[in-house]
Amino acid sequence: MTNTTDIELNEFREGVSAWFNENKPSVPGFLLPETFMEVGTDLQFEFLRDWQRKVYEAGYLGMAWPEEYGGRGMPQVFQDIATQEMASQRLPFMPNTIGLNWAGPLILKMGTEEDKQKYIKNILSAEDIWCQGFSEPEAGSDLGNSQCRAVRDGDDYVINGSKIWTSLGTYAKYMILLARTSSSGANKYAGLSYFLAPMQVEGIDPKPIQKLTGEYGFCQTYFDDARIPADCLMGSEGDGWNIAMVTLTFERGATGGQAGGIATMELSINDVVELSRRAMRNGKPAIEDPHIRSQLVQLMTESRGNQLMSARARIPALATDWPAAVPMSGKLRGSELKRRMCQLAVSLQGANGARFVSEEAIDGGKWQRSYFNSFSGTIGGGTSEIQHNIVGERVLGLPKS
Amino acid sequence: MSDQIAFSEEQAMLLDTATEFCRKHSPIETVRARLGADQIDAATWQEITALGWLGINVAEEFGGLGLGLSCVVPVAESMGRYLMGSPYSGAIIASECLATSGSRTQKEEWLPKIVSGAIGSMALTEPNGSWLLDEIGAQAVERADRLELSGTKCFVTDADTSDFCIVSVNVEAQARLVLVKREQIPAGNLHREVVIDETRRSYQLDLDGITVPLDQLLKGSDFQAIEFASLLLLSAEIAGGLVGSIHTIVEYLNTRKAFDKVIGSYQALKHPTVKILLDLEAMRSHLYHAATRLAEGNTDEAEVALRMAKAHGSAAFAFAGDRAVQFHGGFGFTYDCDAQLYLRRALWCQYQFGDEAYHRHLLEPMLLDQTG
Ligand SMILES: Cc1cc2nc3c(=O)[nH]c(=O)nc-3n(C[C@H](O)[C@H](O)[C@H](O)COP(=O)(O)OP(=O)(O)OC[C@H]3O[C@@H](n4cnc5c(N)ncnc54)[C@H](O)[C@@H]3O)c2cc1C
Repeated sequence: MTNTTDIELNEFREGVSAWFNENKPSVPGFLLPETFMEVGTDLQFEFLRDWQRKVYEAGYLGMAWPEEYGGRGMPQVFQDIATQEMASQRLPFMPNTIGLNWAGPLILKMGTEEDKQKYIKNILSAEDIWCQGFSEPEAGSDLGNSQCRAVRDGDDYVINGSKIWTSLGTYAKYMILLARTSSSGANKYAGLSYFLAPMQVEGIDPKPIQKLTGEYGFCQTYFDDARIPADCLMGSEGDGWNIAMVTLTFERGATGGQAGGIATMELSINDVVELSRRAMRNGKPAIEDPHIRSQLVQLMTESRGNQLMSARARIPALATDWPAAVPMSGKLRGSELKRRMCQLAVSLQGANGARFVSEEAIDGGKWQRSYFNSFSGTIGGGTSEIQHNIVGERVLGLPKS
Repeated sequence: MSDQIAFSEEQAMLLDTATEFCRKHSPIETVRARLGADQIDAATWQEITALGWLGINVAEEFGGLGLGLSCVVPVAESMGRYLMGSPYSGAIIASECLATSGSRTQKEEWLPKIVSGAIGSMALTEPNGSWLLDEIGAQAVERADRLELSGTKCFVTDADTSDFCIVSVNVEAQARLVLVKREQIPAGNLHREVVIDETRRSYQLDLDGITVPLDQLLKGSDFQAIEFASLLLLSAEIAGGLVGSIHTIVEYLNTRKAFDKVIGSYQALKHPTVKILLDLEAMRSHLYHAATRLAEGNTDEAEVALRMAKAHGSAAFAFAGDRAVQFHGGFGFTYDCDAQLYLRRALWCQYQFGDEAYHRHLLEPMLLDQTG
């Protein structure tokens, strides 16, 4: 299937579109989370997991992953079409985001044959949910400072310490875990090791943390003499930092190879424009307020520029001075834009901007909730400040801060 | 709206050649040596003509290459990148104006001349500084088979060396365009203006006392085509200027030290520089999207893209120039520091053909008030 024609692709697109149209889940009677970082109730979780399984079984997830591990071995373009279709039909997202988008690609790239046989298919089907144990109470942006310890004892490693902000922690069967196997070594990075760790083990206890929206969604994961098999170690002891950095390039979308499917509820500036026709400011639709109009156009311009960038970055002649600028800044641009769009959506509501999730609020308060949740993008996965550093240093070649 | 950006082999080749050409012909020492110059750089102009760049957008039947305006973008962008001062953009807009508003005879007379190096310039803006191209104070009145012009035009670039100017005037309360040849402009009617970008050779043109034969009135009056071409070329120049200013900033941030550290390690400098980079990436995407839509003849989408490119670009380039000065410290305050060259160029580009507030305002009804 190397020379795929446009006709084939169009036929495929029509098929996908029809399938999603027929099979999309009906709107549930409860608020869905907006990203995997906010799955806070069993109802939400089961709903999303069922949906991912259904999409996988229909063949629209992991299409470009190798067949022998559960994928379909097809060209990436088919998965891209299916993913676009999920976005444009505004379907719920795939909750096993960490597995699909970074743990999975990582295992495919650096894992052993057994790892691939064991993990990949169940990542796609959402049978095994994955979580990420990187951040700690005293080590977030400064990830290299992680202190959670893993000590080799016979055929096991014994883990002690805690990880925090663990999204999906209570639902996860596995965790990609960064832990310290040594405190000596050339620098703080040298003693870190990387594990594909089971979660359902005695001594591992994820405790839910309430989010700023009042809902639940992430955990603090405590390790108290938790024993995990020694073969959970990825690579060798001391490889942890490098593997974590590879993980982050998948997480931030700077490297391709993800399973596909959408990872967040889509929000477009057009939704905010649509809101501005209904929401009132001083007795008139907000869209008639000159100040709001100007801000809408500004964000429409930025949002369009953001979309167009990927098309332009694909043209090598138009990406010569700083070829990595577009791929390396995707998370920063996307998350900051979303945050500002939500901010505007709240600010155009007049006095009702001060409401929160309730019947009286405009659209049930979803914009206020979205605004709060949008910080998951600007903080999680490396804060916007850190992203600025990364782009400044790796793209522009400025010295480290 | 499709978000596809097309970039042809011709465009790629032109971008390559033009970048090399401008690097060679417009190093910063040359830019500085030419600030406030009395003459255009005739030798470079000859080379530009010989390369065929004046015919890029001119139809083949008139001696051009027939590649369309979208292929001029890489050339204008490269000139912006190296702060080149050149009558190029003015000449291209003049040929575009003739192509869209001239009669067959007018095109046959002028387009081949432009292709072989005749300089054309546009006289549109007036002392009130308005950006509304068809709200004109200047008049042309018919008297004895001639048009008598009156009024004042400003920001007419390279007017002293131009073989002709195209002037916007009112004829019987209609906004029209009239071509005025160099020999029809008495020497005393041109006054050099002091403008913020010293790479620009800008003139005030007094129309009083100028008369031209009736057949120099252009047949049509497509002001939209003039505006589109101007926005496209200015945005291209802005994209190039942003690239140049980022290189200038980064170089200083990587060498200057304060408190024992290279200043680029300070986030108060690093983060705004990243913002400038991302603004460049965005506005350049609008620019090539606009070029793509123009080439397809999709004027509605081209207009949106052009105004977005100019709005985003104007603000970004002005910010880049402003920060470039600040990030050079005391040296930034000097005439010797190149930051001022970018800041001056940025402000010129910002205030010609509409700043960001103006274009956003025009975008509002297009983006917000359409039904459906
Ligand atoms: C919703 C959500 C879900 C998450 N899910 C997970 C998960 O599943 N697994 C996981 O491991 N982690 C997860 N995280 C954690 C996330 O990666 C960290 O919160 C993040 O990296 C920041 O670390 P911190 O919280 O320790 O903040 P800090 O590092 O303490 O940062 C505090 C402030 O200081 C700024 N700052 C820090 N260092 C610098 C610097 N060098 N330059 C400039 N500014 C700086 C930061 O930008 C921030 O504004 C999640 C976070 C959120 C919000």
